Amino acid sequence: MNPFVRKQEATRREFLTTSASGLGGIALGSMLNQDGLLNAATAADASQFQALQSHGEAKAKACIFIFMAGAPSQLDLFDHKPKLNELNGQKMPKELTDKARFAFLQPDTATLMGSPRTWKRHGQSGMEFSDLLPHLGSCADDILKIRSMHSEEFNHHPGQLLMQCGVSRFGMPTMGSWLNYGLGSPSRNLPGYVVLTAGRGSSGGSTLWQSGFLPSKYAGVQFRNQGAPVLNLKNPEGLPPELQRSGLNALKDLNEMKYREVHDPEIASRIASYELANRMQTAAPELVDLSGESQETLDLYGVGRPEPEGNFRGSLPGVQTYDTFARNCLLARRMVERGTRFINIVHASWDQHSSLDKELAYNAGAVDQPVAALIKDLKRRGLLDSTMVVWGSEFGRTPLGENRNGRKGVTGRDHHPFAYSMLMAGGGLKGGMTYGGTDEIGWNIVDKPVHANDLHATMLHQFGLDHLKLTYRFQGRDFRLTDVAGKVIHDWIA
Amino acid sequence: MRSTSVILICASICVLTGSNGAEVDFVNDIQPIFAEKCTLCHGPDDKKGGLQLTGIEPASTLLKSGSRAIVPGDVLASHLIERIYSSDPGEVMPPPDKAEPLTGVEKSKLEQWIKEGADWPKHWAYQDLAKFDEKVLSEGQSPIDFLVSKTLEKKGIEASLPTDDITLIRRLFYDLMGIAPYPEQVAENLPRFQADRESAVDRLVNDLLASPHFGERWGRHWLDHARYADSDGYEKDNNRMNAWRYRDWVIESINADMPFDQFTIEQFGGDLLPERSEDQLLATAFNRQTLTNTEGGTDKEQWRVAAVMDRVETMGSVWLGLSVGCARCHTHKYDEITHDEYYQLFAYFNNGDETTSKITHTEEAVEKWKSDLAKHEKDVAEVKAQLAKAKSQLVPQVPAMIAKTNALIERAVEQKAFAPLGLAKFSGPKGVEFTQDKKDLSVLVAGKSVDDGTYTIEGTIPAGIAVTGIKLEAISDPALPSKGPGRTDHGNFVLNRVTLSVDGEQKYFGDASADHSQEAKWDVKGAVDSNAEPKSKGTGWAIGSQFGESHHAVFGLVEPISKTKKPRSFKIELVQNYGSKHMIGKFRISVLTSPTKLAVPSELREILTTHGGKVDDLTLLGRFYSKWHPELRGLGERLNTLESSVPEKPGMDVRVITERQKERRETHVFRRGEFKEPLNEVTAGTFASLPPIEHRGESGDRLDLGKWLVSGENPLPPRVVVNRIWGHLFGEGLVPTVNDFGVRGDRPSHPELLDWLASEFIRNGWSRKELIKTIVASEAYQRSSAHRPDLVEKDPKNRFLARQNRFRVEAEIVRDISLSAAGLLSQKVSGPSVFPLIPPGVTDANYNSAFKWVVSPGEDRYRRGLYTFFKRTAPHPNLMTFDCPDSNVTNVMRGRSNTPLAALITLNNDTFAEAAQALAGRVLREIYEGDDLRLKRAFQLCLSRAPSREEHGRLASLLEDARSYYRSAPEDAEKFAGEHVPEGIAPEEAASWAAMVRVILNLDEFITRS
Repeated sequence: MNPFVRKQEATRREFLTTSASGLGGIALGSMLNQDGLLNAATAADASQFQALQSHGEAKAKACIFIFMAGAPSQLDLFDHKPKLNELNGQKMPKELTDKARFAFLQPDTATLMGSPRTWKRHGQSGMEFSDLLPHLGSCADDILKIRSMHSEEFNHHPGQLLMQCGVSRFGMPTMGSWLNYGLGSPSRNLPGYVVLTAGRGSSGGSTLWQSGFLPSKYAGVQFRNQGAPVLNLKNPEGLPPELQRSGLNALKDLNEMKYREVHDPEIASRIASYELANRMQTAAPELVDLSGESQETLDLYGVGRPEPEGNFRGSLPGVQTYDTFARNCLLARRMVERGTRFINIVHASWDQHSSLDKELAYNAGAVDQPVAALIKDLKRRGLLDSTMVVWGSEFGRTPLGENRNGRKGVTGRDHHPFAYSMLMAGGGLKGGMTYGGTDEIGWNIVDKPVHANDLHATMLHQFGLDHLKLTYRFQGRDFRLTDVAGKVIHDWIA
Repeated sequence: MRSTSVILICASICVLTGSNGAEVDFVNDIQPIFAEKCTLCHGPDDKKGGLQLTGIEPASTLLKSGSRAIVPGDVLASHLIERIYSSDPGEVMPPPDKAEPLTGVEKSKLEQWIKEGADWPKHWAYQDLAKFDEKVLSEGQSPIDFLVSKTLEKKGIEASLPTDDITLIRRLFYDLMGIAPYPEQVAENLPRFQADRESAVDRLVNDLLASPHFGERWGRHWLDHARYADSDGYEKDNNRMNAWRYRDWVIESINADMPFDQFTIEQFGGDLLPERSEDQLLATAFNRQTLTNTEGGTDKEQWRVAAVMDRVETMGSVWLGLSVGCARCHTHKYDEITHDEYYQLFAYFNNGDETTSKITHTEEAVEKWKSDLAKHEKDVAEVKAQLAKAKSQLVPQVPAMIAKTNALIERAVEQKAFAPLGLAKFSGPKGVEFTQDKKDLSVLVAGKSVDDGTYTIEGTIPAGIAVTGIKLEAISDPALPSKGPGRTDHGNFVLNRVTLSVDGEQKYFGDASADHSQEAKWDVKGAVDSNAEPKSKGTGWAIGSQFGESHHAVFGLVEPISKTKKPRSFKIELVQNYGSKHMIGKFRISVLTSPTKLAVPSELREILTTHGGKVDDLTLLGRFYSKWHPELRGLGERLNTLESSVPEKPGMDVRVITERQKERRETHVFRRGEFKEPLNEVTAGTFASLPPIEHRGESGDRLDLGKWLVSGENPLPPRVVVNRIWGHLFGEGLVPTVNDFGVRGDRPSHPELLDWLASEFIRNGWSRKELIKTIVASEAYQRSSAHRPDLVEKDPKNRFLARQNRFRVEAEIVRDISLSAAGLLSQKVSGPSVFPLIPPGVTDANYNSAFKWVVSPGEDRYRRGLYTFFKRTAPHPNLMTFDCPDSNVTNVMRGRSNTPLAALITLNNDTFAEAAQALAGRVLREIYEGDDLRLKRAFQLCLSRAPSREEHGRLASLLEDARSYYRSAPEDAEKFAGEHVPEGIAPEEAASWAAMVRVILNLDEFITRS
């Protein structure tokens, strides 16, 4: 679309949307009609933000991205390397380490570190998972496992930006922003892009759900684990809902008076925003209220599970990370049911440079059951086909043990962007498929490399969007989620 | 590994305006076709078949094929036409695999363009500023209005009427200060406006431009461009506690109306100016607002290069209005910027190093420092004189002293005798607890585990004993970490110094010995010298390697304390400054009563012994005695203390840029922008398409670059800057794409006006205040902003300026005007960033748990929004929801979203609830009684006008609703009334008013600049 038309279109759309969903009032709608600014057909449209574009059939309607910030060890969870155990304690061929960069590891003296995990094949597909992920194993036939992810970013924050934005620079929109920009959100009462967090913050902070140069309405809205789920959702103390409503009625009346005077469509948008805000005040608490869920469902996700005893880097004093993460997965399903387009569940503390065995077991325990439950629950409700679940991180971890200077013993692994694993399920993708592969120690990819740009291109494709066409003009350039690369991986598509 | 074969040419988009038989315009019609569909192969980097579509000359040159692509005026001779109409897939241009095919309209345009002579003008933005002939003006007419009217007439559009006086006053207040006028200010101005609007506007504008709040308002615009923030950005996102000093430089410069050329030059190369001032150096902090990555294991060069690229691209956006960043990886596909030229710009910045410099805080502080320094110098001179005198008096005494010392040594006994000191009083750093065992008199230290500090022991020396020294036992105990005796995790401590005074008189130790000392510098002798510096700079007693065991040390007094009949008071200090918890965990102190060699410093003892007690070299010994003699030692220590505490010049570290002198870096083109893949070397230089740059020296530097930007020869910066200033005053620039003056950006709606403004800007010495005055004096600025149904078709975006625009104010201003109406806003200008209220949990998003947002006390809680501490990974949500830029890259144009989340802020956020409560309190306090007057007052405080009857009625009925609720719910009334209830007003009434006035604070009219 020509940018001029697009801009106009956007204004028209926002204006209509707002007048449609918000005014609750045919009053303003018909008033606008009288002014010749609005035609009745569009006024009847009631969605929050209409689709800007569609380039093909949309198999997926919602995405739940489960982001394991810090980089989980693929070698202890997904990518079984018996040879690595055999070579445990040996040095690596120099030509491999020469080309590599490390954060802390000393390549001259580092040695390969085998995995103490036991492995099992699951389902009809025989997909392999380590003993840390028994529940995910039980969903094997619904899961697409990618063992050939790679990144060019070496440090956490840039790597996390690359995974979320397709570019490692600051100021770019995140996946959820692009999807909402392209498709709009079907939810009338809730944001189209929600972020849930459990445990510690990530190094990327809120830059992982920013809207970059896209308008701020496309930024992720962080739902909070305590108190009201959305910032400023609660009325000020001592102001009851009925008085909020009377106030909003007065506000609407006064704004309408102004509208009649100056005819500025932005006023109609504003009235609509206030009305949607008011609806959100009821809809969001209803969303996070789990009292309507059956005990069986709560147990499936592990809501109310106790926190394991002991000290773990991923745990915070007084915070029930296990329970919070389980709730977040269940909330994600409830959001999908209510039309939220993109949900990002962020869980940090996977950066196991040391104490890998203990810390990884803690983290895997936190996420295994709830994520598996989410897949099963979506499936039994008929939502898995239209909901894409993605589990992944910014990079993986080295087959070499980390022998950081000044640290006793080798108990962890360093950053490894050259090859790592991710999981996907639903959204019209193949289940039971293991895609791509690494060499026998898991250092390099030997089969079908996948870059974040490819992942994003394929995700967009499943949402009926062409990653080459979903663009936004900023500072003279048409930007894409996939930057200047990316190819759709048709092998993944069911 | 990323698929690199595809170079992005962004999705094919071209704007074709109607060609209904009108002449074809190169810029509008032809250039987009070339850019989108031809220049990938026939552009600056690649000339397939010899064809380069970069100008009429190369485009009409004789090709390899023997033909010419374009022959102006001759369609048939132009080979280009043949190729674009070809039906042979191997012949047709563009080749189907390279670009989308040309449309029929595009083909006929190309044909028509060649037929009409193939006019190929330079891109409008690169052309020299057009001269405007002022003779066409009628008397007193502003060129702005002349040129705007000319376009309106041409389009057959009638201009809107001037806006009413109150709206104009408000418009000026919002635009120039970002604060609404008080009703009194409106009342003061109205009669003047009615008498003579022109001079009244002039007077008001002068007042507003002179206000320090002008610099805050317009400084914030600049800070957006500068991507200013208070933290590093990446990962740990460490705070930059001194970043605000640059922010204040911006505010001050704008308030002083520093000419924009100087403003530019100082920010680019302030460090390179001859005899540069501190402020000029500080100005270079513009280029230190780039992000920093301190994450473990990063490649420093990668982030240095990233920062330099950001500087180049920021310069491109802010001064040139060009997206030079595209040329980082490849030659720009649309604008005339080659891959090499990008790195020529890079070269200007490549030797600017990130450094810190001390910058003076305030003038008062400097004055105080000067007088402190003078006093200090006087004190030093005095002590030195005393010392010299004492030394000269010492020499004759040396023989007697030697005899005394020899006597002391002779008397000394090996078998030491000690006496206990009994119960004493202990004190130490806050939170540290001392418990003395009544039986064995040992003292266990517990409570807070501090990093450093001094233990003080006060008690009495029993009568009847002579004291020759003291003994300190450091005792191991299971209660201590690693059994002690220190309080570090491994059980160590560092005792930097022991002092003793008796009856208030300072005593000195000659020497010390211990059962065990840590190697080298941590020998116990270190505890009797005067060095008690922290960490490795200090000396003292530590017990490294023998942890978990008790140890003891004995300190011998230079002059023994003889027996007395009465007990004497003593005070012992154990100074422990090392840090990181190197503190003693358990100890016992007793006194030495037998004569001891430790009275004499070991070095002196050695000399005397080797010389058999008979020494001739009095000078040598004099030097020792002068160190040892109590009086001299006191003076020496006093001098040491004085010399180590020279009053420091008041200042703070700021991040600046300074030019590297040694090991200067070469600049290379990076393949695809990848810093590890350098290609050919380049030297500093700018674009071929712009006027040439002059270098002062052999190679260009940042100062040259800054001067080139504002030389006046270069037409881009003045156009870009005046366009932005216009944009702040009209809501949209004359070139709406304020960040893109390139081929793909919008063309100016009023090209002559843009050029006149740019020329006028230069003519007025680059004065921003003058330019603003000129613009706001125009009829165009002063028009009504009401939308016009008659223009919905003709000019939906109001590009022809028949009216003014209405637009929501920025994030900071939404809060500022609310606090101001409520009477809460602090007027304080400049200073460190502040921490206003923030919803709990927001700052947890960053993983650096050391960061805590502690709400500022007092008026700092109500400072203007631009002073809010900006944490890049966890910015204040009230700012972000209202489109404050994230400050990670430069921003020259803020968005203006209108979302439910923003509505929730002004409805429910604590800050805004408090503003409503304070506004209610204010009208209840200021207006003695009467709903009508109070309501009118509240309305006027926010909107500067009286409510209409209809508006009044609606608000009055809301007030009644609120009253009827709160009368029945006193508990809620108590809660919602808040903290600003005036005396004598019932909470029910205060709450009801707050519930009503919050609606006014949420009105579109309030947060919109009309």
